[in-house]
Amino acid sequence: MPIALVDCNNFYVSCERAFNPKLEGKPVVVLSNNDGCAVARSNEVKALGIKMGEPWFKMEKFAKQHGIIALSSNYALYGDMSARVMSILSNFSPRQEMYSIDECFLDLAGFPEESLIAYGLTIRQTIKRHTGLPVCVGIASTKTLAKLANHCAKKGLAGEEGVCDFGRLSDDELGTVFSSLPVNEVWGVGRRITEKLQSMGIHTVQALRTSSPELIRQRFSIVLERTVLELNGVSCIELDQVGVPQQQILVSRSFGQTVTALDDLMESISFFTTRAAEKLRRDGSVAGNVCVYVRTNPFKESDPQYDRSIVVPIIATDDTSKLTHAAMTGLKAIYRIGYQYKKSGVMLMALEPKGQQQGSLFDDVAEDGRADQRMKVMDAINQRMGKGSITLASSGIKQRWAMRRENKSPNYTTEWGELPVVM
Amino acid sequence: MNPLTQFPSIQLPALGVPPIFAPLFSHKVPAGFPSPADDYVEGRLSLDQHLVPHKDSTFFVRAKGSSMIDAGIFDGDLLVVDKSIEPVSGHIVIAVIDSELTVKRLHRQGDQVTLKPENPRFKDIILKEGQELQVWGVVTSTVKKFI
Repeated sequence: MPIALVDCNNFYVSCERAFNPKLEGKPVVVLSNNDGCAVARSNEVKALGIKMGEPWFKMEKFAKQHGIIALSSNYALYGDMSARVMSILSNFSPRQEMYSIDECFLDLAGFPEESLIAYGLTIRQTIKRHTGLPVCVGIASTKTLAKLANHCAKKGLAGEEGVCDFGRLSDDELGTVFSSLPVNEVWGVGRRITEKLQSMGIHTVQALRTSSPELIRQRFSIVLERTVLELNGVSCIELDQVGVPQQQILVSRSFGQTVTALDDLMESISFFTTRAAEKLRRDGSVAGNVCVYVRTNPFKESDPQYDRSIVVPIIATDDTSKLTHAAMTGLKAIYRIGYQYKKSGVMLMALEPKGQQQGSLFDDVAEDGRADQRMKVMDAINQRMGKGSITLASSGIKQRWAMRRENKSPNYTTEWGELPVVM
Repeated sequence: MNPLTQFPSIQLPALGVPPIFAPLFSHKVPAGFPSPADDYVEGRLSLDQHLVPHKDSTFFVRAKGSSMIDAGIFDGDLLVVDKSIEPVSGHIVIAVIDSELTVKRLHRQGDQVTLKPENPRFKDIILKEGQELQVWGVVTSTVKKFI
Protein backbone atom coordinates (compact mmCIF):
# COMPACT_ATOMS: atom_id res chain seq x y z
CA MET A 1 0.00 0.00 0.00
CA PRO A 2 2.01 3.03 -1.17
CA ILE A 3 1.95 6.19 0.94
CA ALA A 4 3.33 9.56 -0.10
CA LEU A 5 4.69 12.18 2.24
CA VAL A 6 4.52 15.64 0.68
CA ASP A 7 6.69 18.13 2.57
CA CYS A 8 7.24 21.80 1.73
CA ASN A 9 10.90 22.82 1.49
CA ASN A 10 11.96 25.39 4.11
CA PHE A 11 8.25 26.19 4.42
CA TYR A 12 8.27 29.56 6.24
CA VAL A 13 11.12 30.92 4.13
CA SER A 14 9.41 29.71 0.95
CA CYS A 15 6.15 31.45 1.95
CA GLU A 16 8.08 34.72 2.35
CA ARG A 17 9.83 34.24 -0.99
CA ALA A 18 6.57 33.51 -2.78
CA PHE A 19 5.59 37.15 -2.27
CA ASN A 20 8.97 38.81 -2.15
CA PRO A 21 11.23 37.81 -5.06
CA LYS A 22 14.06 39.88 -3.55
CA LEU A 23 14.59 37.09 -1.02
CA GLU A 24 15.29 34.55 -3.77
CA GLY A 25 18.83 33.16 -3.60
CA LYS A 26 19.64 35.11 -0.44
CA PRO A 27 20.30 33.69 3.04
CA VAL A 28 17.01 34.05 4.97
CA VAL A 29 16.04 32.97 8.49
CA VAL A 30 12.61 33.21 10.08
CA LEU A 31 12.65 33.81 13.83
CA SER A 32 10.28 32.39 16.42
CA ASN A 33 7.78 34.44 18.43
CA ASN A 34 9.41 37.49 20.00
CA ASP A 35 12.25 37.13 17.52
CA GLY A 36 13.80 34.54 19.81
CA CYS A 37 15.51 31.93 17.69
CA ALA A 38 15.72 30.52 14.17
CA VAL A 39 12.70 28.38 13.28
CA ALA A 40 13.23 28.23 9.52
CA ARG A 41 16.36 28.50 7.42
CA SER A 42 16.91 28.84 3.71
CA ASN A 43 19.49 26.50 2.15
CA GLU A 44 21.96 29.40 2.02
CA VAL A 45 21.64 29.87 5.77
CA LYS A 46 21.98 26.13 6.40
CA ALA A 47 25.17 26.21 4.34
CA LEU A 48 26.51 28.97 6.63
CA GLY A 49 26.19 26.52 9.50
CA ILE A 50 23.34 28.14 11.42
CA LYS A 51 21.45 25.49 13.38
CA MET A 52 17.73 25.11 13.90
CA GLY A 53 16.70 26.81 17.14
CA GLU A 54 19.83 28.95 17.39
CA PRO A 55 19.03 32.08 19.44
CA TRP A 56 19.06 35.27 17.41
CA PHE A 57 21.18 37.24 19.88
CA LYS A 58 23.95 34.67 19.45
CA MET A 59 24.05 34.89 15.67
CA GLU A 60 23.20 38.56 15.19
CA LYS A 61 26.76 39.71 14.55
CA PHE A 62 27.57 36.77 12.28
CA ALA A 63 24.31 37.39 10.41
CA LYS A 64 25.23 41.01 9.72
CA GLN A 65 28.62 39.96 8.36
CA HIS A 66 27.07 37.49 5.94
CA GLY A 67 24.06 39.55 4.91
CA ILE A 68 21.56 37.15 6.44
CA ILE A 69 18.03 38.51 6.28
CA ALA A 70 16.09 37.80 9.47
CA LEU A 71 12.29 37.94 9.42
CA SER A 72 9.82 37.75 12.29
CA SER A 73 7.39 34.88 11.90
CA ASN A 74 4.18 35.71 10.03
CA TYR A 75 1.77 32.96 11.04
CA ALA A 76 -1.22 34.53 9.26
CA LEU A 77 0.65 34.08 5.99
CA TYR A 78 2.00 30.60 6.74
CA GLY A 79 -1.41 29.39 7.91
CA ASP A 80 -3.14 30.60 4.75
CA MET A 81 -0.49 29.10 2.46
CA SER A 82 -0.64 25.82 4.37
CA ALA A 83 -4.43 25.66 3.93
CA ARG A 84 -4.00 26.20 0.19
CA VAL A 85 -1.40 23.43 -0.10
CA MET A 86 -3.53 20.98 1.91
CA SER A 87 -6.61 21.80 -0.15
CA ILE A 88 -4.77 21.23 -3.44
CA LEU A 89 -3.33 17.96 -2.11
CA SER A 90 -6.82 16.73 -1.23
CA ASN A 91 -7.41 16.45 -4.98
CA PHE A 92 -4.62 13.90 -5.31
CA SER A 93 -5.92 11.20 -2.97
CA PRO A 94 -9.19 10.28 -1.29
CA ARG A 95 -7.32 9.87 2.02
CA GLN A 96 -4.93 12.41 3.44
CA GLU A 97 -3.43 13.10 6.84
CA MET A 98 -2.27 16.64 7.51
CA TYR A 99 0.67 15.79 9.68
CA SER A 100 1.92 19.31 10.35
CA ILE A 101 1.64 22.81 8.92
CA ASP A 102 3.88 21.84 5.99
CA GLU A 103 3.63 18.04 5.78
CA CYS A 104 0.88 15.79 4.50
CA PHE A 105 0.57 12.03 4.04
CA LEU A 106 -1.43 10.82 1.05
CA ASP A 107 -2.72 7.28 0.65
CA LEU A 108 -1.86 6.13 -2.87
CA ALA A 109 -3.34 2.63 -2.57
CA GLY A 110 -4.73 1.44 -5.86
CA PHE A 111 -2.62 3.76 -8.00
CA PRO A 112 -0.50 1.95 -10.63
CA GLU A 113 2.87 1.46 -8.94
CA GLU A 114 4.99 2.04 -12.02
CA SER A 115 3.60 5.54 -12.50
CA LEU A 116 3.92 6.78 -8.92
CA ILE A 117 7.05 8.80 -9.69
CA ALA A 118 5.24 10.59 -12.49
CA TYR A 119 2.34 11.20 -10.11
CA GLY A 120 4.74 12.60 -7.52
CA LEU A 121 6.19 14.95 -10.13
CA THR A 122 2.69 16.14 -11.04
CA ILE A 123 1.96 16.84 -7.36
CA ARG A 124 5.21 18.75 -7.04
CA GLN A 125 4.67 20.83 -10.18
CA THR A 126 1.04 21.58 -9.30
CA ILE A 127 1.87 22.87 -5.82
CA LYS A 128 4.75 24.91 -7.21
CA ARG A 129 2.66 26.51 -9.94
CA HIS A 130 -0.52 27.08 -7.96
CA THR A 131 1.11 28.45 -4.81
CA GLY A 132 4.74 29.20 -5.66
CA LEU A 133 5.97 26.82 -2.95
CA PRO A 134 8.55 24.08 -3.60
CA VAL A 135 7.73 20.64 -2.18
CA CYS A 136 9.40 17.24 -2.18
CA VAL A 137 7.55 13.94 -2.39
CA GLY A 138 8.64 10.69 -0.73
CA ILE A 139 6.80 7.50 -1.63
CA ALA A 140 7.06 4.15 0.17
CA SER A 141 5.00 1.32 1.63
CA THR A 142 4.86 2.68 5.22
CA LYS A 143 4.71 6.09 6.86
CA THR A 144 8.15 5.73 8.44
CA LEU A 145 9.67 4.80 5.06
CA ALA A 146 7.78 7.61 3.31
CA LYS A 147 9.36 10.09 5.75
CA LEU A 148 12.80 8.70 4.89
CA ALA A 149 12.02 8.74 1.16
CA ASN A 150 11.10 12.42 1.51
CA HIS A 151 14.41 13.09 3.25
CA CYS A 152 16.21 11.36 0.35
CA ALA A 153 14.22 13.40 -2.19
CA LYS A 154 15.24 16.63 -0.41
CA LYS A 155 18.91 15.67 -0.27
CA GLY A 156 18.93 14.25 -3.79
CA LEU A 157 20.15 10.92 -2.40
CA ALA A 158 17.78 8.76 -4.41
CA GLY A 159 15.26 9.57 -7.05
CA GLU A 160 15.29 12.79 -9.00
CA GLU A 161 13.74 16.25 -9.16
CA GLY A 162 12.41 16.15 -5.65
CA VAL A 163 10.54 12.86 -5.89
CA CYS A 164 11.77 9.58 -4.42
CA ASP A 165 9.89 6.27 -4.61
CA PHE A 166 11.47 3.52 -2.53
CA GLY A 167 9.23 1.04 -4.35
CA ARG A 168 11.36 1.57 -7.45
CA LEU A 169 14.60 0.66 -5.65
CA SER A 170 15.92 -2.90 -5.30
CA ASP A 171 16.66 -4.23 -1.83
CA ASP A 172 20.39 -3.77 -2.48
CA GLU A 173 19.93 -0.17 -3.55
CA LEU A 174 17.81 0.52 -0.47
CA GLY A 175 20.52 -1.07 1.68
CA THR A 176 23.12 1.27 0.20
CA VAL A 177 20.95 4.35 0.83
CA PHE A 178 20.07 3.28 4.38
CA SER A 179 23.72 2.56 5.20
CA SER A 180 24.55 6.19 4.37
CA LEU A 181 21.84 7.64 6.63
CA PRO A 182 22.46 8.21 10.37
CA VAL A 183 19.92 6.46 12.57
CA ASN A 184 18.53 9.74 13.96
CA GLU A 185 16.98 10.47 10.53
CA VAL A 186 14.33 7.85 11.33
CA TRP A 187 10.92 9.21 12.33
CA GLY A 188 10.49 8.99 16.10
CA VAL A 189 14.16 8.38 16.88
CA GLY A 190 15.08 11.34 19.06
CA ARG A 191 18.31 12.27 20.77
CA ARG A 192 18.05 9.93 23.76
CA ILE A 193 17.10 6.91 21.69
CA THR A 194 19.88 7.73 19.22
CA GLU A 195 22.47 7.76 22.00
CA LYS A 196 21.29 4.44 23.37
CA LEU A 197 21.19 2.85 19.89
CA GLN A 198 24.70 4.09 19.19
CA SER A 199 25.94 2.55 22.42
CA MET A 200 24.60 -0.76 21.07
CA GLY A 201 26.53 -0.25 17.84
CA ILE A 202 23.47 0.80 15.82
CA HIS A 203 24.59 3.91 13.95
CA THR A 204 22.81 3.82 10.60
CA VAL A 205 19.25 3.37 9.39
CA GLN A 206 20.37 0.09 7.82
CA ALA A 207 21.65 -1.18 11.17
CA LEU A 208 18.32 -0.38 12.85
CA ARG A 209 16.38 -1.92 9.99
CA THR A 210 18.25 -5.22 10.29
CA SER A 211 18.03 -5.35 14.09
CA SER A 212 15.79 -7.93 15.71
CA PRO A 213 12.40 -6.35 16.43
CA GLU A 214 12.05 -8.43 19.61
CA LEU A 215 15.38 -7.20 20.93
CA ILE A 216 14.42 -3.61 20.21
CA ARG A 217 11.12 -4.09 22.05
CA GLN A 218 12.92 -5.55 25.08
CA ARG A 219 15.56 -2.81 25.23
CA PHE A 220 13.30 0.09 24.24
CA SER A 221 9.58 -0.09 23.67
CA ILE A 222 6.85 -1.49 21.50
CA VAL A 223 6.84 1.88 19.71
CA LEU A 224 10.41 1.47 18.48
CA GLU A 225 9.71 -2.16 17.57
CA ARG A 226 6.97 -0.87 15.28
CA THR A 227 9.48 1.53 13.75
CA VAL A 228 11.77 -1.38 12.91
CA LEU A 229 8.86 -3.26 11.34
CA GLU A 230 7.86 -0.15 9.38
CA LEU A 231 11.44 0.19 8.11
CA ASN A 232 11.00 -3.32 6.73
CA GLY A 233 7.83 -2.43 4.91
CA VAL A 234 5.34 -3.76 7.49
CA SER A 235 2.75 -1.04 7.96
CA CYS A 236 2.02 -0.47 11.66
CA ILE A 237 1.06 3.21 11.80
CA GLU A 238 -2.33 4.05 10.38
CA LEU A 239 -3.15 7.21 8.49
CA ASP A 240 -4.83 9.62 10.87
CA GLN A 241 -7.56 11.14 8.82
CA VAL A 242 -8.63 14.72 8.95
CA GLY A 243 -11.62 15.60 11.06
CA VAL A 244 -10.54 14.01 14.32
CA PRO A 245 -11.41 16.72 16.86
CA GLN A 246 -8.60 17.99 19.02
CA GLN A 247 -8.25 16.77 22.60
CA GLN A 248 -7.27 20.18 23.90
CA ILE A 249 -6.72 23.67 22.61
CA LEU A 250 -3.70 25.59 23.83
CA VAL A 251 -2.99 29.26 23.25
CA SER A 252 0.09 30.64 24.95
CA ARG A 253 2.78 33.13 24.21
CA SER A 254 5.87 34.72 25.64
CA PHE A 255 5.52 38.44 26.22
CA GLY A 256 7.51 41.05 24.33
CA GLN A 257 8.60 42.37 27.75
CA THR A 258 8.07 41.05 31.23
CA VAL A 259 5.00 42.26 33.12
CA THR A 260 4.33 42.42 36.84
CA ALA A 261 0.78 43.74 37.22
CA LEU A 262 -2.25 41.49 37.54
CA ASP A 263 -4.05 43.79 35.08
CA ASP A 264 -1.57 43.04 32.31
CA LEU A 265 -1.76 39.31 32.96
CA MET A 266 -5.56 39.51 32.92
CA GLU A 267 -5.44 41.19 29.53
CA SER A 268 -3.21 38.48 28.09
CA ILE A 269 -5.29 35.65 29.55
CA SER A 270 -8.50 37.22 28.25
CA PHE A 271 -6.96 37.60 24.80
CA PHE A 272 -5.73 33.99 24.71
CA THR A 273 -9.08 32.66 25.94
CA THR A 274 -10.84 34.57 23.17
CA ARG A 275 -8.54 32.99 20.59
CA ALA A 276 -8.93 29.51 22.06
CA ALA A 277 -12.74 29.89 22.19
CA GLU A 278 -12.77 30.81 18.49
CA LYS A 279 -10.92 27.59 17.68
CA LEU A 280 -13.27 25.68 19.96
CA ARG A 281 -16.36 26.96 18.11
CA ARG A 282 -14.75 26.32 14.75
CA ASP A 283 -14.33 22.65 15.75
CA GLY A 284 -17.92 22.54 17.01
CA SER A 285 -16.80 21.57 20.52
CA VAL A 286 -17.38 22.70 24.08
CA ALA A 287 -14.85 22.73 26.92
CA GLY A 288 -15.42 21.48 30.46
CA ASN A 289 -12.12 22.62 31.97
CA VAL A 290 -10.09 25.79 31.60
CA CYS A 291 -6.42 25.59 32.53
CA VAL A 292 -4.48 28.79 33.12
CA TYR A 293 -0.75 29.09 33.67
CA VAL A 294 1.81 31.82 34.22
CA ARG A 295 5.56 31.71 34.54
CA THR A 296 8.63 33.87 34.89
CA ASN A 297 11.65 33.64 32.60
CA PRO A 298 13.54 30.44 33.52
CA PHE A 299 16.58 31.61 31.55
CA LYS A 300 16.99 34.64 33.79
CA GLU A 301 18.32 32.71 36.74
CA SER A 302 19.06 35.79 38.82
CA ASP A 303 15.33 36.61 39.03
CA PRO A 304 13.02 34.92 41.54
CA GLN A 305 11.20 32.13 39.70
CA TYR A 306 7.51 31.31 39.73
CA ASP A 307 5.63 28.77 37.66
CA ARG A 308 2.03 27.82 38.42
CA SER A 309 -1.01 26.45 36.66
CA ILE A 310 -4.56 25.75 37.75
CA VAL A 311 -7.51 23.92 36.25
CA VAL A 312 -10.94 25.49 36.64
CA PRO A 313 -13.90 23.17 35.94
CA ILE A 314 -17.01 24.67 34.36
CA ILE A 315 -20.28 23.49 32.88
CA ALA A 316 -19.18 22.62 29.34
CA THR A 317 -19.54 25.65 27.10
CA ASP A 318 -18.14 27.43 24.04
CA ASP A 319 -19.13 30.90 25.24
CA THR A 320 -16.15 33.26 25.28
CA SER A 321 -17.43 35.26 28.22
CA LYS A 322 -18.02 32.19 30.41
CA LEU A 323 -14.65 30.69 29.49
CA THR A 324 -12.95 34.02 30.16
CA HIS A 325 -14.67 34.34 33.51
CA ALA A 326 -13.38 30.90 34.51
CA ALA A 327 -9.89 31.72 33.28
CA MET A 328 -9.86 34.96 35.30
CA THR A 329 -10.95 33.14 38.45
CA GLY A 330 -8.04 30.74 37.93
CA LEU A 331 -5.56 33.51 37.23
CA LYS A 332 -6.52 35.44 40.36
CA ALA A 333 -5.99 32.28 42.41
CA ILE A 334 -2.45 31.68 41.18
CA TYR A 335 -1.22 35.27 40.74
CA ARG A 336 1.48 36.32 43.18
CA ILE A 337 2.79 39.83 43.40
CA GLY A 338 6.51 40.55 43.00
CA TYR A 339 7.46 38.43 40.02
CA GLN A 340 8.55 39.36 36.50
CA TYR A 341 6.13 37.34 34.37
CA LYS A 342 7.37 36.30 30.92
CA LYS A 343 4.72 33.92 29.66
CA SER A 344 1.11 32.98 30.18
CA GLY A 345 -1.23 30.53 28.55
CA VAL A 346 -4.73 29.12 28.43
CA MET A 347 -5.61 25.52 27.70
CA LEU A 348 -9.18 24.40 27.07
CA MET A 349 -9.62 20.79 28.14
CA ALA A 350 -12.28 18.10 28.53
CA LEU A 351 -13.50 18.87 25.02
CA GLU A 352 -16.57 17.20 23.62
CA PRO A 353 -18.79 17.75 20.63
CA LYS A 354 -21.34 20.48 21.22
CA GLY A 355 -24.86 19.26 21.83
CA GLN A 356 -23.87 15.89 23.27
CA GLN A 357 -23.37 16.85 26.90
CA GLN A 358 -26.01 16.46 29.53
CA GLY A 359 -27.78 19.66 30.50
CA SER A 360 -27.97 20.88 34.04
CA LEU A 361 -31.25 21.26 35.89
CA PHE A 362 -30.54 24.95 36.35
CA ASP A 363 -29.48 25.69 32.77
CA ASP A 364 -30.91 28.89 31.42
CA VAL A 365 -31.92 27.69 27.96
CA ALA A 366 -32.92 31.14 26.74
CA GLU A 367 -29.62 32.67 27.85
CA ASP A 368 -27.71 29.81 26.18
CA GLY A 369 -29.53 30.58 22.94
CA ARG A 370 -28.69 34.27 23.21
CA ALA A 371 -25.04 33.44 23.99
CA ASP A 372 -24.92 31.26 20.88
CA GLN A 373 -26.20 34.14 18.81
CA ARG A 374 -23.72 36.51 20.41
CA MET A 375 -20.78 34.22 19.64
CA LYS A 376 -21.97 33.73 16.05
CA VAL A 377 -22.13 37.48 15.52
CA MET A 378 -18.74 37.97 17.15
CA ASP A 379 -17.08 35.30 14.98
CA ALA A 380 -18.74 36.64 11.84
CA ILE A 381 -17.61 40.21 12.48
CA ASN A 382 -14.07 39.15 13.31
CA GLN A 383 -13.95 37.01 10.20
CA ARG A 384 -15.16 39.82 7.96
CA MET A 385 -13.46 42.82 9.53
CA GLY A 386 -10.24 41.18 10.65
CA LYS A 387 -9.13 39.39 13.79
CA GLY A 388 -9.74 41.20 17.04
CA SER A 389 -12.25 43.69 15.61
CA ILE A 390 -14.53 42.79 18.49
CA THR A 391 -13.06 41.43 21.70
CA LEU A 392 -14.02 41.44 25.32
CA ALA A 393 -12.94 44.68 26.96
CA SER A 394 -10.88 42.58 29.36
CA SER A 395 -8.48 41.71 26.53
CA GLY A 396 -7.32 45.27 26.94
CA ILE A 397 -6.17 47.96 24.61
CA LYS A 398 -2.73 48.55 26.06
CA GLN A 399 -1.49 45.00 25.43
CA ARG A 400 1.80 45.73 27.12
CA TRP A 401 2.53 42.02 26.88
CA ALA A 402 2.17 41.93 23.09
CA MET A 403 4.73 40.15 20.98
CA ARG A 404 7.89 41.66 19.66
CA ARG A 405 7.90 41.21 15.91
CA GLU A 406 10.20 43.84 14.57
CA ASN A 407 10.66 42.52 11.06
CA LYS A 408 7.39 40.88 10.05
CA SER A 409 6.37 40.81 6.41
CA PRO A 410 2.87 42.04 5.45
CA ASN A 411 -0.12 39.69 5.75
CA TYR A 412 -0.10 39.37 1.95
CA THR A 413 -3.05 37.00 1.73
CA THR A 414 -5.26 37.82 4.70
CA GLU A 415 -5.46 41.63 4.99
CA TRP A 416 -6.87 43.92 2.29
CA GLY A 417 -4.52 46.68 3.39
CA GLU A 418 -1.38 44.56 3.08
CA LEU A 419 -1.63 43.03 -0.40
CA PRO A 420 1.49 42.73 -2.59
CA VAL A 421 1.95 45.82 -4.78
CA VAL A 422 2.71 45.65 -8.52
CA MET A 423 3.92 48.58 -10.64
CA MET B 1 -29.81 18.61 19.87
CA ASN B 2 -33.31 19.96 19.97
CA PRO B 3 -34.42 19.98 16.32
CA LEU B 4 -36.42 23.13 16.87
CA THR B 5 -33.30 25.19 17.61
CA GLN B 6 -32.17 24.63 14.04
CA PHE B 7 -34.83 27.02 12.84
CA PRO B 8 -34.84 30.74 13.41
CA SER B 9 -37.15 31.12 16.37
CA ILE B 10 -39.59 33.64 17.72
CA GLN B 11 -39.60 33.99 21.44
CA LEU B 12 -42.98 34.44 23.02
CA PRO B 13 -43.22 36.91 25.87
CA ALA B 14 -43.42 35.17 29.20
CA LEU B 15 -43.35 36.17 32.83
CA GLY B 16 -41.62 33.65 35.04
CA VAL B 17 -42.62 30.91 32.68
CA PRO B 18 -39.99 28.94 30.74
CA PRO B 19 -39.78 30.46 27.27
CA ILE B 20 -41.39 28.57 24.45
CA PHE B 21 -39.79 28.31 21.06
CA ALA B 22 -41.93 28.23 17.98
CA PRO B 23 -40.13 27.38 14.77
CA LEU B 24 -40.49 29.87 11.96
CA PHE B 25 -40.54 27.77 8.84
CA SER B 26 -38.91 29.33 5.83
CA HIS B 27 -41.26 27.38 3.62
CA LYS B 28 -44.95 28.22 3.85
CA VAL B 29 -47.58 25.54 3.85
CA PRO B 30 -49.25 25.63 0.42
CA ALA B 31 -52.83 26.37 1.34
CA GLY B 32 -53.74 28.29 -1.76
CA PHE B 33 -52.28 28.91 -5.15
CA PRO B 34 -48.69 27.55 -5.14
CA SER B 35 -45.94 30.01 -5.95
CA PRO B 36 -45.09 29.67 -9.63
CA ALA B 37 -41.49 30.68 -8.87
CA ASP B 38 -40.94 27.90 -6.36
CA ASP B 39 -39.32 25.45 -8.76
CA TYR B 40 -36.97 28.11 -10.04
CA VAL B 41 -35.34 29.11 -6.76
CA GLU B 42 -31.57 29.02 -7.20
CA GLY B 43 -28.64 30.13 -5.08
CA ARG B 44 -27.75 33.82 -4.95
CA LEU B 45 -25.13 34.98 -7.41
CA SER B 46 -21.70 34.84 -5.85
CA LEU B 47 -18.95 37.25 -6.88
CA ASP B 48 -16.46 34.87 -5.35
CA GLN B 49 -17.54 32.10 -7.69
CA HIS B 50 -17.55 34.49 -10.62
CA LEU B 51 -14.13 36.07 -10.02
CA VAL B 52 -12.33 33.29 -8.18
CA PRO B 53 -13.06 29.90 -9.71
CA HIS B 54 -9.78 28.48 -8.32
CA LYS B 55 -9.58 29.74 -4.77
CA ASP B 56 -6.44 27.82 -3.79
CA SER B 57 -4.33 29.38 -6.53
CA THR B 58 -5.87 32.86 -6.58
CA PHE B 59 -4.18 35.84 -4.92
CA PHE B 60 -5.04 39.52 -4.80
CA VAL B 61 -2.50 42.23 -5.54
CA ARG B 62 -2.72 46.02 -5.58
CA ALA B 63 -1.80 47.93 -8.77
CA LYS B 64 0.39 51.01 -8.43
CA GLY B 65 1.19 53.62 -11.05
CA SER B 66 -0.14 54.24 -14.53
CA SER B 67 1.72 51.84 -16.83
CA MET B 68 -1.45 49.87 -17.67
CA ILE B 69 -4.14 52.56 -17.86
CA ASP B 70 -5.03 51.76 -21.49
CA ALA B 71 -5.85 48.24 -20.36
CA GLY B 72 -8.19 49.71 -17.76
CA ILE B 73 -5.87 49.16 -14.80
CA PHE B 74 -5.49 52.28 -12.67
CA ASP B 75 -3.51 53.21 -9.59
CA GLY B 76 -4.96 51.45 -6.54
CA ASP B 77 -7.02 48.90 -8.46
CA LEU B 78 -7.35 45.44 -7.01
CA LEU B 79 -6.11 42.72 -9.36
CA VAL B 80 -7.29 39.11 -9.18
CA VAL B 81 -4.37 36.83 -10.06
CA ASP B 82 -4.70 33.12 -10.78
CA LYS B 83 -1.39 31.26 -10.65
CA SER B 84 -2.86 28.02 -12.02
CA ILE B 85 -3.46 29.50 -15.49
CA GLU B 86 -0.80 28.76 -18.13
CA PRO B 87 0.29 32.19 -19.44
CA VAL B 88 -0.02 32.74 -23.19
CA SER B 89 0.69 35.69 -25.45
CA GLY B 90 -1.97 38.36 -24.92
CA HIS B 91 -2.54 37.66 -21.21
CA ILE B 92 -2.00 40.40 -18.69
CA VAL B 93 0.51 38.91 -16.26
CA ILE B 94 2.34 39.64 -13.04
CA ALA B 95 6.01 39.08 -13.87
CA VAL B 96 9.17 39.20 -11.82
CA ILE B 97 11.50 41.85 -13.28
CA ASP B 98 14.64 42.81 -11.34
CA SER B 99 13.20 41.10 -8.25
CA GLU B 100 10.09 43.31 -8.37
CA LEU B 101 6.56 42.27 -9.19
CA THR B 102 5.23 44.11 -12.20
CA VAL B 103 1.99 43.99 -14.20
CA LYS B 104 2.29 44.06 -18.00
CA ARG B 105 0.79 42.44 -21.09
CA LEU B 106 2.68 39.39 -22.33
CA HIS B 107 3.66 39.33 -26.00
CA ARG B 108 5.38 36.48 -27.70
CA GLN B 109 6.46 36.44 -31.34
CA GLY B 110 8.55 33.45 -32.28
CA ASP B 111 11.32 33.37 -29.67
CA GLN B 112 10.96 37.02 -28.78
CA VAL B 113 9.18 37.68 -25.51
CA THR B 114 8.13 41.23 -24.63
CA LEU B 115 6.33 42.68 -21.62
CA LYS B 116 4.24 45.56 -22.94
CA PRO B 117 2.94 48.38 -20.77
CA GLU B 118 -0.35 49.85 -21.97
CA ASN B 119 0.48 53.51 -21.79
CA PRO B 120 2.49 55.19 -24.59
CA ARG B 121 4.63 56.99 -22.00
CA PHE B 122 6.22 53.70 -20.90
CA LYS B 123 8.81 51.57 -22.69
CA ASP B 124 8.47 47.91 -23.59
CA ILE B 125 10.50 45.44 -21.56
CA ILE B 126 12.24 43.17 -24.07
CA LEU B 127 13.75 39.97 -22.79
CA LYS B 128 17.29 39.36 -23.98
CA GLU B 129 18.49 36.01 -25.19
CA GLY B 130 19.06 33.58 -22.38
CA GLN B 131 17.05 35.75 -19.98
CA GLU B 132 14.24 33.73 -18.50
CA LEU B 133 10.85 35.29 -17.93
CA GLN B 134 9.32 34.48 -14.58
CA VAL B 135 5.55 34.80 -14.65
CA TRP B 136 4.16 35.03 -11.12
CA GLY B 137 0.54 34.71 -12.19
CA VAL B 138 -2.08 35.64 -14.77
CA VAL B 139 -4.40 38.59 -14.08
CA THR B 140 -7.98 37.43 -14.62
CA SER B 141 -9.90 40.55 -13.58
CA THR B 142 -9.76 43.82 -11.73
CA VAL B 143 -12.02 45.02 -8.96
CA LYS B 144 -12.72 48.71 -8.77
CA LYS B 145 -14.61 50.30 -5.91
CA PHE B 146 -16.04 53.78 -6.25
CA ILE B 147 -16.99 54.36 -2.65
